[in-house]
Amino acid sequence: MIEVETFPTLAEAARAMGAGAAYLGGGTVMMRAVNAGDAPARLVRTTDPALTQIRAMGDTLTLGAGVTMAQILAERDLDFLHDVARQIGGPQVRNMGTVGGNIFAPHPYGDFAVALLALGARVAMADGSSARPIEDVLRERDRPSGLIASVEVPRPRPGAFAFRKVSRVRPKGASIMSIAANLPREGGRVRGARLAWGAMGPRPLRGAAVERVLEGQSVDHGDIDRAAQIAAKGLEPPTDPLASSWYRTAVAGVHLKRLLQSMEGR
Amino acid sequence: MAKKPVTVTLNGTERAGFAEPGQNLLDFLRRGLGDLSPKYGCGQGTCGACTVTIDGQTHLSCLVLAEAADGRAVGTAAGLADGARLDPLQDAFMENFAAQCGYCTPGMLVSARALLDRNPRPTRAEIVEAISGNLCRCTGYEPIIAAIEAVAEERTRP
Ligand SMILES: Cc1cc2nc3c(=O)[nH]c(=O)nc-3n(C[C@H](O)[C@H](O)[C@H](O)COP(=O)(O)OP(=O)(O)OC[C@H]3O[C@@H](n4cnc5c(N)ncnc54)[C@H](O)[C@@H]3O)c2cc1C
Repeated sequence: MIEVETFPTLAEAARAMGAGAAYLGGGTVMMRAVNAGDAPARLVRTTDPALTQIRAMGDTLTLGAGVTMAQILAERDLDFLHDVARQIGGPQVRNMGTVGGNIFAPHPYGDFAVALLALGARVAMADGSSARPIEDVLRERDRPSGLIASVEVPRPRPGAFAFRKVSRVRPKGASIMSIAANLPREGGRVRGARLAWGAMGPRPLRGAAVERVLEGQSVDHGDIDRAAQIAAKGLEPPTDPLASSWYRTAVAGVHLKRLLQSMEGR
Repeated sequence: MAKKPVTVTLNGTERAGFAEPGQNLLDFLRRGLGDLSPKYGCGQGTCGACTVTIDGQTHLSCLVLAEAADGRAVGTAAGLADGARLDPLQDAFMENFAAQCGYCTPGMLVSARALLDRNPRPTRAEIVEAISGNLCRCTGYEPIIAAIEAVAEERTRP
């Protein structure tokens, strides 16, 4: 039997967590476990209105952890994230699935978190401690240290950010892989390259090898070819019913190349 | 573990029942409130047969906790017809042979109605997108798309 506890604020919900408890966000992942009868015995949720707010402060956009993909698509300030949110599930899933839940969504899900990782987002927890880089939260996501309150996303420079999701069934299939690139430039050269892969490992991961190849470059055809050749270096993609590890490794360069080519001349 | 009282406005009428701990909205609507129009297909959000609206937005009722719908407006396919007068979409589904086994039809109708309510003149691509979370294994989708297009076109006529 399951016990559901609902709190008016996130802070109270966070205090009520503990052994044997799971937090319920939009429920598109967690309710599957509930229906299958293998969810934890206690479900904790909140009706805190702060969780569904989107705020803009200069070039930092703050997304409450309970903001849905549909809310992102309706917000003009978040235009750079529209291409990402549009590719997550079907319409019903986008009306339900949240930013916070995407950070914990198991393989092959987590496409939004891939974009957040490339954008260098920071995650604020419910306990009010200072925001941490999303890589830290992703690395520890199997033993989370509290609830997420919001995600701070720096607006990318114009033309610097792009996202690509590869799936077999369009428009709503799960990812064979997703790739997000944030390549800001100074004097025509990439400075601070961030590249992130989804469905290419146990969680969204930075593509350090590709970042090293692109850093300081103008990203011409030669650079793109060099990046494509070593695309999957250091990654150990899983095998699942969508694609084998071998296949993911083999096609990673092709899709990275297409993504980088789509950014040319922006 | 106590049952929880849940009140929803179902297709415009206030309805109350008791939700079991962990019960999903689909089960609550069917067993608690007797609305059998939303269907159980997969229980994983993949098929869309359980699609309902909550405060006007389409949701997968199998992935919504029944008690989370407390106080909200729920719309199902059972609310589309007005007595014997069918929704134009229901007529169009019949005319275009858009239902074969019929199991996906209530979910399709809810998704299509939600689309037309916010966008009365959708393009074909917008129609395809709007029903992309609803699986149909009989029709190949073409008759369903044609039915929705027929209603959209009807609306553009004077
Ligand atoms: C049919 C279908 C298609 C899908 N397609 C995609 C897709 O294309 N791409 C994709 O990325 N995902 C996809 N998903 C997965 C899922 O819908 C999304 O990842 C969504 O963003 C998850 O958010 P949620 O709020 O529903 O998560 P929930 O189910 O509520 O939670 C998921 C996990 O996150 C934890 N969690 C949630 N919020 C917080 C928080 N604030 N703090 C700490 N922990 C938290 C929960 O405890 C749980 O472990 C799909 C799901 C379905 C059913």
